[in-house]
Amino acid sequence: MDSILTISKKELAGFFDSLSGYIVLIAFLGFTGFFTWLYGSDIFIRKQADLVVFFSIAKWTLFFFIPAITMKLISEEKNNGTLELLLTKPLNESQLVTGKFLAAFFLVAIALALTLIYYISISYLGKIDHGAIISGYLGLLLFSAAYIGIGLFASSISKNQIVAFLLALFIGIFFQIIFDILGSSLNGIPGKVFDFLSLSGHFDSISRGVWDTRDIIYFLSICVLGIELAKENLAFRK
Amino acid sequence: MNIEIKNVNKFYGYQKVLDDVSFEVIPGEILGFLGPNGAGKTTTMKIITGYIGMDSGDVVIDGKSVKTGETKSSIGYLPENNPLYLDMPVVDYLRFSAKLQGVEKGKIENKVREMIKLTGLNKEKHKLIGELSKGFRQRVGLAQALIHDPEILILDEPTTGLDPNQIIEIRELIKELGKEKTVILSTHILPEVEATCDRILIINKGKIVANGTSKDLRQQAEGNSLLKIKLEVPENETVLEKIKELPSVEDVSVVNNETGRFDVKSFKGLRSNREIFDLCAKNNWPIVEMIPIETKLEDVFRDLTMN
Repeated sequence: MDSILTISKKELAGFFDSLSGYIVLIAFLGFTGFFTWLYGSDIFIRKQADLVVFFSIAKWTLFFFIPAITMKLISEEKNNGTLELLLTKPLNESQLVTGKFLAAFFLVAIALALTLIYYISISYLGKIDHGAIISGYLGLLLFSAAYIGIGLFASSISKNQIVAFLLALFIGIFFQIIFDILGSSLNGIPGKVFDFLSLSGHFDSISRGVWDTRDIIYFLSICVLGIELAKENLAFRK
Repeated sequence: MNIEIKNVNKFYGYQKVLDDVSFEVIPGEILGFLGPNGAGKTTTMKIITGYIGMDSGDVVIDGKSVKTGETKSSIGYLPENNPLYLDMPVVDYLRFSAKLQGVEKGKIENKVREMIKLTGLNKEKHKLIGELSKGFRQRVGLAQALIHDPEILILDEPTTGLDPNQIIEIRELIKELGKEKTVILSTHILPEVEATCDRILIINKGKIVANGTSKDLRQQAEGNSLLKIKLEVPENETVLEKIKELPSVEDVSVVNNETGRFDVKSFKGLRSNREIFDLCAKNNWPIVEMIPIETKLEDVFRDLTMN
């Protein structure tokens, strides 16, 4: 556990030392804030004290931002040869990947925590359903965990960060929309399977405040699968 | 701690990179690992550190197989090309390494300070590693390898890219460390091995071709001793004849068509100095030069790896 946290801390410090952490936070707040408060079907047009707009914007913002956070996590270590340095210390692949996962997750959690200010603002504007908001945030955390898993897997495949980024987006787009489209256009069992595979579907139901263990299991399995595959990829060098 | 490498085989795809490699290293010994590029030095070192696996055989460190992963904490490793986090300050990086190596929390600061002193990084300690010159980066690499006071040190080409002064410093440091620790270092700089190592292991195409002290190896390869002589003689013909007749002489040749300058090769195991001296004394040919040519480690190395 100590070594996992050592890795996470180093990685997190790296985000902020290289400014990439600040850029991600500011850009995330900028995008979500702009669309939640100022543009399109924003809160003032909806005239409802809820964060539905924010949650659907965050879903897309995170979809693009998470691969940007995760792309370098493993590929950079591979490319610089520092992977060898790490794995010849008393640290195994699984601790390394878990440490990296926690760092990325924590960065996303900070970004989401900063948006709590939207929640506070809105709660002054009208009667707000606190349950739905909490549920939405938890949904976003689960959603992020799944995409971080995918991102880590993509990052473990290539030494090239751009390849890792594009690969994560490529895999992600299936979960984000393609499965959803297939699910609604196919009948019978295939339709149901694709419906179940669609990440958006699971997220939408959680962000509406409907909690189903299947949704939680779904997110966690993608996340764990991504981590496991990344770990196997690293161990493959042997 | 003892390191035993037992019949290790390793393939990269269909290519056999290590072929039944076995050797042993004991504490207090510095083992020099020599071989041409691509001979399998780095692969062997990576296997000992547990970074890559082997296809058969085993590496046992102090009774534990490296496959268990439990041996990592007793090894300090400086990989080839010395990979480092270039965007990290030196101290932060050393702290990070110490933590990963499981150095106790209260001792980390002391250890980091000790390493900075040992490797002479005091002025550079707050700089980013990326800002350092190659020599200083190499020191950072050594510092991270030594930070947990490992009993085994594995250094893959530790002096590449250093200037002559730094090379000597690092060699001294390695020698000092080698008094208590088990050290394996790889290099293709031959004088370096002679200067630092107690024992030399030469590997070629994945096989160990020689194992012994530099003296042993030289003797092994010596065979025919060679003498360069210069005599004050009027012409070469008769002298050449006479030297050829000596029982210990296998071959003799005139160098550069110069009068009185010869290369004398003796039969294996024999020396011809005395006979030549007697011959010259008898014929009243003053000897101006007589230089025995020692087999150099370079020759041994070439002999063993050039076929």
